Amino acid sequence: MRKIGLLVAGAAALGMALGQANVIKIATQSPLSGPQAALGEQIRLGAELAIEEARARFRALGFELQLVPYDDQANPDVGVANANRIINDPDILGVVGHLNSGVAIPASEVYARVGLVMVSPANTAPRVTDRRLPNVNRICGRDDVQGPVGAEYAFNNLRVRNVFVIHDKTAYGQGLAEEFRKRLEALGGRAVGFVGTEEQANFVPIINQIRAARPTPELIYFGGIYSQIGPFAKQLRERGVRTRLMGGDGLDSSEFVRLAGRENAAGTFYTTVAGPVSAFPKAREVAQRFRQRYGREIEGFGIYAYDSANVILAALENAIRAAGGRKPTREQVSQAVRQLRMEGLTGSIEFDDKGDNRKARYFVMQVAETGNWAENRVIRTIEMAAPGSR
Amino acid sequence: MLEQILALLPQVIFDGLVLGFVYAMVALGYTMVYGVLELINFAHAEIFMIGAVVGVEVFRYLGPQIENGLILLLVALILAGAISGATAILVERFAYRPLRKRGTTNRLVPLVTAIGVSFVLQDLVRLIEGLWHNEFFLRMRTVEDLEGSFDLFGGAIFVQSKSLIVIVVSILMLLGLTYLVNRTKLGVAIRAVAQDLQTASLMGIDPDRIISRTFLIGGSLGGVAGVLFALQYTIITPYVGFLPGIKAFTAAVLGGIGNIPGAMLGGLVLGQLENFFGTYLPILTNGNLGTEYKDVVAFLLLVFILLVRPQGLLGQVVREKV
Repeated sequence: MRKIGLLVAGAAALGMALGQANVIKIATQSPLSGPQAALGEQIRLGAELAIEEARARFRALGFELQLVPYDDQANPDVGVANANRIINDPDILGVVGHLNSGVAIPASEVYARVGLVMVSPANTAPRVTDRRLPNVNRICGRDDVQGPVGAEYAFNNLRVRNVFVIHDKTAYGQGLAEEFRKRLEALGGRAVGFVGTEEQANFVPIINQIRAARPTPELIYFGGIYSQIGPFAKQLRERGVRTRLMGGDGLDSSEFVRLAGRENAAGTFYTTVAGPVSAFPKAREVAQRFRQRYGREIEGFGIYAYDSANVILAALENAIRAAGGRKPTREQVSQAVRQLRMEGLTGSIEFDDKGDNRKARYFVMQVAETGNWAENRVIRTIEMAAPGSR
Repeated sequence: MLEQILALLPQVIFDGLVLGFVYAMVALGYTMVYGVLELINFAHAEIFMIGAVVGVEVFRYLGPQIENGLILLLVALILAGAISGATAILVERFAYRPLRKRGTTNRLVPLVTAIGVSFVLQDLVRLIEGLWHNEFFLRMRTVEDLEGSFDLFGGAIFVQSKSLIVIVVSILMLLGLTYLVNRTKLGVAIRAVAQDLQTASLMGIDPDRIISRTFLIGGSLGGVAGVLFALQYTIITPYVGFLPGIKAFTAAVLGGIGNIPGAMLGGLVLGQLENFFGTYLPILTNGNLGTEYKDVVAFLLLVFILLVRPQGLLGQVVREKV
């Protein structure tokens, strides 16, 4: 009896091992809990949709496709710990993520140890690709372009000269605010204040400074995340300050309207590297499938995550073919991503030698009066290559 | 520069006062528990946060039903006071009392327990709110009646009516507490236990009951302060208690921990310092130090005050009990 039991167990184990041999996993890493979960969830679901749609194609090639979502909690330590778990799973051949540059930078160094490819839908800090790691790519734009795009729009189109600049003291927010200020001053404008704050609740001291600033600022620029800018906007308007408000892509979430209140959020300008569904005619169909599948609206980062996952999937298919139908190595997938040229929902995707998209898009947006995030107006779309791109 | 500072000064003092009253109410919770048990109840910051969350939920669910904003606020204050007070009692009953009964003499043990309890409460609220609304940021609903504003002294001070509510409610609560501690039987018992737990129990006072009541009062004050905080600053997260908690604790120490008027004074001083430096640092230092250093400067000043007067502003030098 015992022998038969062993035999059965052995056969089952063998079967499982054989079954596992052809599994290919794609990981996502983004904050799924905590303050930034609204954005992080979009990244996970966008990638999940792409992977589900590709499942049949990969089955035809003899592979079982799986998604493994990781929660980096917007925290570099957690992101690196997850990254170590990811590289120890040999079936994971690509990573979609992260949301936060501060997490992506240390985590991508872990991936680089084994040549695991990362395609980012959202990391905008210049340093992400400026390190020239062969496995790190992004399809979105960069802060050293995004900040100046905002500054130029403010100076040339809003005809603003004096701006009060606030940032959240993170790699992202401060970097963005500094790039904004640099370009504004180069154009001939002036930052009448440049203030950092980690405050989450009480923005009264900063609002008092804005009221006292001379010359009177005609615009407030806030480099940060919606979780801070939302309550800030609410308190600002409640105190009767009507000065126009502008932010970066950290503001690009419907949560901003909820936190600030519809009437306080209306009219806020923001630049973003991930345009809304309305900016991409090709995304309409995917948006519908997303709604049916998950019961909610796809937002900018969801679309970019969908494209990021498709970049990895297309590269995987190329690599599988190049390897004669066998499972490719991580390096082979990494190389295939760099050689890839494809049309995504967001436009053409092709990486330069640093891993930046050759033609990233930047959008200037305005929050709609209705409070419906999907109705936000695209005021301007700018296509620009990353600086130093070859 | 001076002109700029003077123009804003009335506003800064007023805003500091509002913040200071909130700190003062939270500080009372620390100071009362310390006075009775010589325990620094760090979980009090989370009691404050629970009050804020209850306030948000009351406004969310009863807001559409109750038209009068003031009545709605009153309901929120009472419910938050009750729930926060009850939570404080539970924390005492299940986390601190067993330690006391076991005769743990090491002062660090209850302190570490308090820190642990505070993490448990944070994540508990996060879990409940996550399952209930799938929201991390809780937004206080806007109620028309409470949203008015007006100018004082020809525009020198911009006053929101909810700031006035914060001040009035805190003053009422502080007066009520002073009366309770100084004029009632319960107050006498609390003071007796604070003086000497052993002797008080020999005089026919049940110390467990008094300690429980002390937690109830301190917790209710913290809960009320939480609602006022939510009303004023509108966005609440499960972790929102931490910073106000630390600051209120500092306020209690600054005033002389264990001393009730001291806690109020400490709260007001801290509110002023924080708002003053938050607003003026960039102007005073020509933009070299930003608002982000407001806490650093305020706390440096506190260290200095405590160096000069270690027992706190109104504290007395405690003599060894013989």
